[in-house]
Amino acid sequence: MMVMGYEPVIGLEVHAQLLTESKIFCSCSTQFGQPPNSQTCPVCLGMPGVLPVVNKRVVEYAIKTALATNCTIQRFNQFARKNYFYPDLPKGYQISQFELPIATGGFIEIDTESGTRKIGITRIHMEEDAGKLLHEINGGAAENSFVDYNRTGIPLLEIVSEPDIHTPEEAGEYLKALRAILQYLGVCDGNMEQGSFRCDANVSLRPSGERRFGTKVELKNMNSFRHVVRALTYEITRQRELLEYGDSVIQETRLWDENAGQTLPMRGKEESHDYRYFPDPDLVPLYIEDAWIEALRSQLPELPRQRRNRFIDQYGLPLYDADILVTSRQLADYFETAVRSCNQPKTVSNWILSEVLRFLTDPRDIVSFPVTPEHLAQMICLIHNGTISGKIAKKIFEEMRTTGALPSSIVERHGLVQVSDSSKLEKVIQEILDAHPSLVADFRAGKEKVFGFLVGQIMKATKGKANPRMVNDILREKLAG
Amino acid sequence: MEVRILLPEPFFTEVPVKITAHDVVHVARLARLHIPDKEIEAMTGQLNAILEYFETLQEINTTDIPPSTHAVALTNAFRDDRCSPSLAPEEALANAPETEQSYFKVPKIIET
Repeated sequence: MMVMGYEPVIGLEVHAQLLTESKIFCSCSTQFGQPPNSQTCPVCLGMPGVLPVVNKRVVEYAIKTALATNCTIQRFNQFARKNYFYPDLPKGYQISQFELPIATGGFIEIDTESGTRKIGITRIHMEEDAGKLLHEINGGAAENSFVDYNRTGIPLLEIVSEPDIHTPEEAGEYLKALRAILQYLGVCDGNMEQGSFRCDANVSLRPSGERRFGTKVELKNMNSFRHVVRALTYEITRQRELLEYGDSVIQETRLWDENAGQTLPMRGKEESHDYRYFPDPDLVPLYIEDAWIEALRSQLPELPRQRRNRFIDQYGLPLYDADILVTSRQLADYFETAVRSCNQPKTVSNWILSEVLRFLTDPRDIVSFPVTPEHLAQMICLIHNGTISGKIAKKIFEEMRTTGALPSSIVERHGLVQVSDSSKLEKVIQEILDAHPSLVADFRAGKEKVFGFLVGQIMKATKGKANPRMVNDILREKLAG
Repeated sequence: MEVRILLPEPFFTEVPVKITAHDVVHVARLARLHIPDKEIEAMTGQLNAILEYFETLQEINTTDIPPSTHAVALTNAFRDDRCSPSLAPEEALANAPETEQSYFKVPKIIET
């Protein structure tokens, strides 16, 4: 989107819930969807006299994320208290990091219309999630709000981008790229709808060519990539109209209302926050040794972009195919496993993109897909060596999907082997021609489209098992007469 | 392990020397404390007295002493990522002034 006269400046803050077993400072489970207040303890309820202790895996996940986003790890970092009163926060403060976050100064790469762009990462820090507030239970409006502290203390990484983003589409690409990295690392499941990957945006406009930033608005409540793009598009237009009419933008927090398709000012936050951060005296500082960083670096998987580029180089796939195949690590693994068994990368890719993905709502579900990559590969080899036709393959695929059976046994059981015996085919073709003398005459008189109809009849007579290339050749020969 | 690293600003900037009545009102509001007007002046004086007391520490020569935020020179106190049983919801809710259906019941919150 191009905004004439004004340049939008967007920075994104992502909160990613980490896939640990236990919470960040206590041993309560992080399992989603449990009964309210069934996963709490004196530490995460903020009882007096308790001592929080850092979950080592949280620090490992933070380091891995920092390495994968080209950040500098701050060897010395520590937790701080962010003080404010809100009922989802039982202690009256959130344990976060402030002056000394675990990582700073990185970037990730995204694709834009004008090529690859680096989007800077300002910082990554670890913190605890807050509880969940409900404004009604049992349906209907209530006079009270209700709090479930199960989510309190679930580890989060906050990943803050530089204000390097200039269009809603770039924001969407950045989020997709970041989410894919976190998913490849196995540190976050990236589910925006369930709130395990949340995004707030800071957006401002400035006259083109101006270096200073305009007044920014913080956008919240965007629960999908689509919401983020729509909310930013709306907000940029709103701010541009204000500026064009000579009004000014007010610095505020606005909520995206997906149903109304607009952003609305958030109520009840007149006074600006004064968080009075200070180092948490209960948590000793962290010192990350080089050996620990290197050990974690050696565990990093091939990341989505690198893998995509390798798919293009190694398998000769088009960018479009490679992009889709690497959307999840599991799908990319599926593709590569299949190609190892049947070295026809483009055909394997075609089958995955056009058939397999139709049955998956989330590409990570490929791990439980009934057609294993080995079975898919075997089927593609059967097409490739001429045993079955592509048309029959679709039937076989359907049976593999519903029964999980081996393609070769399906072929055998149903007698689906392709007919490539030229004398058999000639016989069938002659019968069809004898049955349609007028069509033969039409064809010879120049009506080319009759050809397709005749092929269809032949396929029908052979239950789709005729080798299509041979049918073509023999039919042409006979019609040429 | 002892770590000697210089911490950045503003942890160790000079504390503002004087607390004003305005500061007292502001801090009281942040802490959700009600301070009657007639006590503000007394409170301002007491807080300043505490700060003055801390100023005694400024007399110590700290030129060669690295700043620290903790009294013990410890780092990296970690636990393994393992779960242990949580409280039963009844126990978790035992101190709550009001509850409903295993939720803590609080005054209506408008902000989302």
